[in-house]
Amino acid sequence: MANMTMIEALRDAMDVKLADDPSVVVFGQDVGYFGGVFRCTSGLQAKYGNERVFDTPINESAIAGMAIGMAAHGMRPCVEVQFADYMFPAYDQITQEAARIRFRSNEQFTCPMVIRMPTGGGIFGGQTHSQSPEALFTHVAGLKTVIPSNPYDAKGMLIAAIEDPDPVIFLEPKRLYNGPFYGDHSGKSLGWGQHPDGEVPEGHYTVPIGKAKVCREGNDVTILSYGTMVYIAEAAVKQANIDAEIIDLRSLLPLDLETIKQSVEKTGRCVVVHEATRTSGFGAELIAEVQEACFWHLKSPLERVTGWDAPYPHAAEWDYFPGPDRVERALVKAMEA
Amino acid sequence: MTQTPKLTFPEPPARPDEVPDFSNIKISEPGAVGIPDFGFEAKDGREYANGLIRVMDKDGNAVGPWAELIKDVSVDDLRQGMRDMLKMRAIDRRMITAQRQGKTSFYMQCTGEEAIGCGFQRQLDKGDMNFPTYRQQTLLIGADYPLRDLFGQLYSNELDPMEGRQLPVLHSARDYGFFTISGNLGTQYIQAVGWSMANALTGDGKIAAAWIGDGATASNDFHSALLCASVYQPPVILNIVNNQWAISTYTGVAAGKSRTYASRARGYGIPALRVDGNDYLAVVAVSKWAVERTRKGYGPLAIEWFTYRAAAHSTSDDPGAYRPKDEALSWPLGDPVERLKKHLISLGEWSEERHIQLEAELLDEVTSVQKEVEAHGTLVNEQRLSPTVMFKGVYADMPEHLKRQRQEMGA
Repeated sequence: MANMTMIEALRDAMDVKLADDPSVVVFGQDVGYFGGVFRCTSGLQAKYGNERVFDTPINESAIAGMAIGMAAHGMRPCVEVQFADYMFPAYDQITQEAARIRFRSNEQFTCPMVIRMPTGGGIFGGQTHSQSPEALFTHVAGLKTVIPSNPYDAKGMLIAAIEDPDPVIFLEPKRLYNGPFYGDHSGKSLGWGQHPDGEVPEGHYTVPIGKAKVCREGNDVTILSYGTMVYIAEAAVKQANIDAEIIDLRSLLPLDLETIKQSVEKTGRCVVVHEATRTSGFGAELIAEVQEACFWHLKSPLERVTGWDAPYPHAAEWDYFPGPDRVERALVKAMEA
Repeated sequence: MTQTPKLTFPEPPARPDEVPDFSNIKISEPGAVGIPDFGFEAKDGREYANGLIRVMDKDGNAVGPWAELIKDVSVDDLRQGMRDMLKMRAIDRRMITAQRQGKTSFYMQCTGEEAIGCGFQRQLDKGDMNFPTYRQQTLLIGADYPLRDLFGQLYSNELDPMEGRQLPVLHSARDYGFFTISGNLGTQYIQAVGWSMANALTGDGKIAAAWIGDGATASNDFHSALLCASVYQPPVILNIVNNQWAISTYTGVAAGKSRTYASRARGYGIPALRVDGNDYLAVVAVSKWAVERTRKGYGPLAIEWFTYRAAAHSTSDDPGAYRPKDEALSWPLGDPVERLKKHLISLGEWSEERHIQLEAELLDEVTSVQKEVEAHGTLVNEQRLSPTVMFKGVYADMPEHLKRQRQEMGA
């Protein structure tokens, strides 16, 4: 066991896979010599050489397209898109190609690849370094979309993603890279050193894709969340002093509906929290699923707290970011209904 | 003199009811463009990218250095090329009729372009991978792909290796070096670069061949592929089939003021050749040379195959609405079958009688397989596949939500 940041845990996952599988390659903008703008691949090129870890031109569709060709050949590329906001030029390659190679060729060709991308706001990134495009991936048949919220899960899930036989969109909440974030944006940040999930085993282990995690047990209301919002939910629960059950979904597709059902059937109330824009967001999907699966157990209308339907603003970031106060209000509303 | 900025909107030299006019096309003399060294660089290769490599003269004689390069190619191999092209033509003819009879929804011919894929594929080895467009069925013919599988795909019936997943002509045949065709244009070009990088990284000794039409060279994936091929130098041949038309869009709309598509590759530092794609001997010579060069590690190479799309874009297209009706007959580089026929006859190795006999033999072969496959279902004789196959192969392991949906479908 070692205490790691999420960045170190992700790097460790790639290190483990580069060492144990010669078909794994890592590439993207700035990921080679420099080690990535967030330093996730730092030192890997020096250790494994530039045939395994290398820089690419600034062209996301080329990164995805090359990875698809390599994956179809039988390699296991794990590539980085510098910010999730930059993935749009690659959207054709990801959604029409990577997602469908297995299906359309009736499994003659497959596409075992991982596309890592930092997601979400809270770092004063403005509208092109803060978005949360997960719903644009969960809407696509053939992709898996995951989003870990701590170093332990990050390493285990990245190893699982690299070993997965299908393309995995691996979203990394960049606000959590260096520590959990409970909504205090005054400048004091906490590290992973004091958090139990900052303890990361050495070597190989996996956290299975498709399994949610109950990170706080409770009886009165279920909070469905993922990424940075898991900690915002924790802060809100503390503030509101409500016995809430917090579920970190971790994997959006496949979705662990069983864990969600068990919880909502117990609590009878449900609040969905995500940072992405509201309309057609993944929260809409969650609410529809919960309504279908748990309607007769519900004691109050389902609530959702999300980013506003506006581009992510720079100066007004903290008015956009769904902080603990907004989540608390939703919890109170769910309890009072 | 002052000038007002004005836009240009490229137009073809002739529209319907006008006389076909290819006087704007500059054509090198057969044998005039030589053979570069394997190690030639883009900057020194202007003549190869702007000229036109040709082997057969108007009388069907093989002339020049490229003819010399393939003097060991046997007459049997050339007759095989004739057989491949005529087989393709027979399939096209049969499928156009079948589509008109309502037996399938859609078909795409490659009339006039047969030499390119048929000749190229015969130079590849097993394990090499093509990343084709929808107009390279000839690669399958050159790879001896079973006609049963080919027709099964075209009819989306139980003999379809893809079990009805794809539009007719979007084949996939891994064992025959044929990557699954997307339908979204251009995407395969950069994927071929990725595949060839894997060839180099794994040291498997194989190469990749990317294919794109002149129209789709406008797509970002074309430029991504040229750039990445230039950066990483993988063993890939970047083929551009310039057949003058992208549905109704004249090639000038993709080319702009560029002189040739091959010269575009030179801009990325990739050496390029421009070849008469209707000259089977030129196709064989250049392909043989290119495959050997690529396998020996000289890096990427672009080839512009200069040809003419003689047929409609697809069965949903009416070329009479945008180009002169008989434009194909005026194509200055002729028809690939007629030209190879003339060459073989000039060698004393072929005759009109043998040609007619071969055409009849191939039509019989093709028709008999087609009928056998049609018995397994067509659109007028529907024998539906289980619709549940749509849930198979979305993922390696079917996730719970798809299991629920399959159940909801009633399966």
